[in-house]
Amino acid sequence: MFYREAGEFSTSYRDDAQTFPIAFDRRRYYLVLAVGFGVIPFFINDYWANAVLIPFLVWSMAALGLNILTGYCGQVSLGTGGFMAVGAYSCYKLMTAFPGLNIVFCILLAGLITALVGVLFGLPSLRIKGFYLAVATLAAQFFFVWLFNKVPWFYNYSASGQINAPERTLLGVAITGPNADSAVKYLFCLAFVVGFAWIARNLTRGSVGRSWMAIRDMDIAAEIIGIDPYRAKLSAFGVSSFFVGVSGALFFGIYLGAVEVTEAFGINQSFLVLFMIIIGGLGSIFGSFAGAAFMVLMPVLLKNILVGGLDWDTAIATHFEFVIVGGLIIFFLIVEPHGISQLWRIIKEKLRLWPFPHDH
Amino acid sequence: MTEEAMDKPSDGVGCGAAVLMDIRNVSLRFGGVKALRDVSFDIREGEIRAIIGPNGAGKSSMLNVINGFYHPQEGEIWFRGKRRPPMKPHTIARHGIARTFQNIALFRGMSTLDNIMTGRITRMGLGLLSHAIWWGWAEREEVQHRERVERIIDFLEIQPIRKTPVGRLPYGLQKRVELGRALAAEPTLLLLDEPMAGMNVEEKEDLSRFILDVNDEFGTTIALIEHDMGVVMDLSDRVVVMDYGRKIADGSPQEVRNNQDVIDAYLGVPH
Ligand SMILES: Nc1ncnc2c1ncn2[C@@H]1O[C@H](COP(=O)(O)OP(=O)(O)OP(=O)(O)O)[C@@H](O)[C@H]1O
Ligand SMILES: [Mg+2]
Repeated sequence: MFYREAGEFSTSYRDDAQTFPIAFDRRRYYLVLAVGFGVIPFFINDYWANAVLIPFLVWSMAALGLNILTGYCGQVSLGTGGFMAVGAYSCYKLMTAFPGLNIVFCILLAGLITALVGVLFGLPSLRIKGFYLAVATLAAQFFFVWLFNKVPWFYNYSASGQINAPERTLLGVAITGPNADSAVKYLFCLAFVVGFAWIARNLTRGSVGRSWMAIRDMDIAAEIIGIDPYRAKLSAFGVSSFFVGVSGALFFGIYLGAVEVTEAFGINQSFLVLFMIIIGGLGSIFGSFAGAAFMVLMPVLLKNILVGGLDWDTAIATHFEFVIVGGLIIFFLIVEPHGISQLWRIIKEKLRLWPFPHDH
Repeated sequence: MTEEAMDKPSDGVGCGAAVLMDIRNVSLRFGGVKALRDVSFDIREGEIRAIIGPNGAGKSSMLNVINGFYHPQEGEIWFRGKRRPPMKPHTIARHGIARTFQNIALFRGMSTLDNIMTGRITRMGLGLLSHAIWWGWAEREEVQHRERVERIIDFLEIQPIRKTPVGRLPYGLQKRVELGRALAAEPTLLLLDEPMAGMNVEEKEDLSRFILDVNDEFGTTIALIEHDMGVVMDLSDRVVVMDYGRKIADGSPQEVRNNQDVIDAYLGVPH
């Protein structure tokens, strides 16, 4: 009985509605936060920050966003890359047009702009569903890549067609630009992601989240019990795009510092984020993190083991990675649609009962 | 029997009570299929009104018209003394009409508790921003509504399955959860589409008791479709009988049972 809820009774509905009703979970969560904020920044090096931790945080943010739309509200989107691009380019335009504007506001405003664009592209969802909606969002994906390539105003007429993040500081410390320290960038992203995960959790535990899930599970019944499907779907598109926009802004401003739209925000990214939430767990906050961690860490691990350790050819290692991801997607879609987060729940269930499987 | 004689209230309950809903000359077509043909009847405040009839008679279609899921080509719906303009189902829900479905329509990915909490959506009004922050308004709202929902859970005796995903529940319990979700809205008019279908005798007795209790304790007006004549006789104050989209009889359970048209319809006498 490593893990127990015996002797734990919620004594009020308020406690019962807590994020982690079991104290053990709560303590572990605080521990993760303490390590994330208080320990890792002191030990972090450039490699870990730039190859693992910062991308993990940025992708977690994108996965949270897509999970709200797809996992909670049941609207499939293949436009994530495109919406990340909207966030990135909005952030860039804001940074360069208003050099005095605080970087935090630039990123939040970029999220807000993406949210509005997302609502606009969510309008077809009121008419079409499933596969056809996915195709419509795919159109958004291609449209934005095309737009940011074709209209030089978006990249301030730079010769390379790239956008570069100018240096911006917060409390005198460089956050963006070449002088920003890895640990600072990491902490900045972490703060954003923790804040947004908290918001995602809040939105999904009350009536807003239930209206999304009701639409996902049975839209007709949802409407008949009083949920306005327009409101539910459009709010999911808006909130989801806000998250995705912020992740795009962080991806550009903090993580890479310079991007070219086709490469950074192509259709591959849309699929990558979709794979994250499928593998991590649809309709789960924890699953968004688990999926992002998996998709970021696996290539790094495989590269170290196969190329570094076993002397494989890089190209073969890359193909091997595709095979693994493909296999896992099929596995999770067919066997365990709730992804890693469900496996985790099952393990906890087992631990709770171990070693007495019938002790309930 | 004349139409007038049949419309006369025939037992104590609902007698003299105001008309809550008046359905006037409603016709509904799907292409060539006439699902409802010139149907008129009323539902009085506080009564249990049964709608019966053979398969395909148009009973479910009638409920779908009442809660705005189908829009009839002809006819009028009067609700609380006013003619109701065409409305979306979710608006009608906000006017106090809730229902259960012939085929269970629960939110399968959600727990019993969440399903029933969702039933209160028409009474929860906070926006995205207060939910994003949670502390304060949203949390208080959640707790308030949770208290109401817990009363329904106690009432339906489903405390042990509160946190169980509804997909895992047996059929009878799912039906009960669906009733709970409809009750959570505290509706003025509750529509039940074959609530007892597929239940054994014991389950039917339980559910009948719940329905009577709801009617008594909360004063909820109930319109119910049911095939089990025993249940209909026990529960309902007045019965509408339909066949081939038409109303063929209307009156007390006793009157309806002795009506020749009704007997013919159930025995399948050709028209
Ligand atoms: N959405 C629809 N599209 C086409 N036809 C429909 C639709 N809904 C109902 N019908 C038709 O209308 C008629 C009445 O159907 P309805 O479901 O109202 O019957 P019912 O009395 O509820 O029957 P049952 O006892 O089998 O539930 C049937 O002929 C049915 O095929
Ligand atoms: Mg029916």
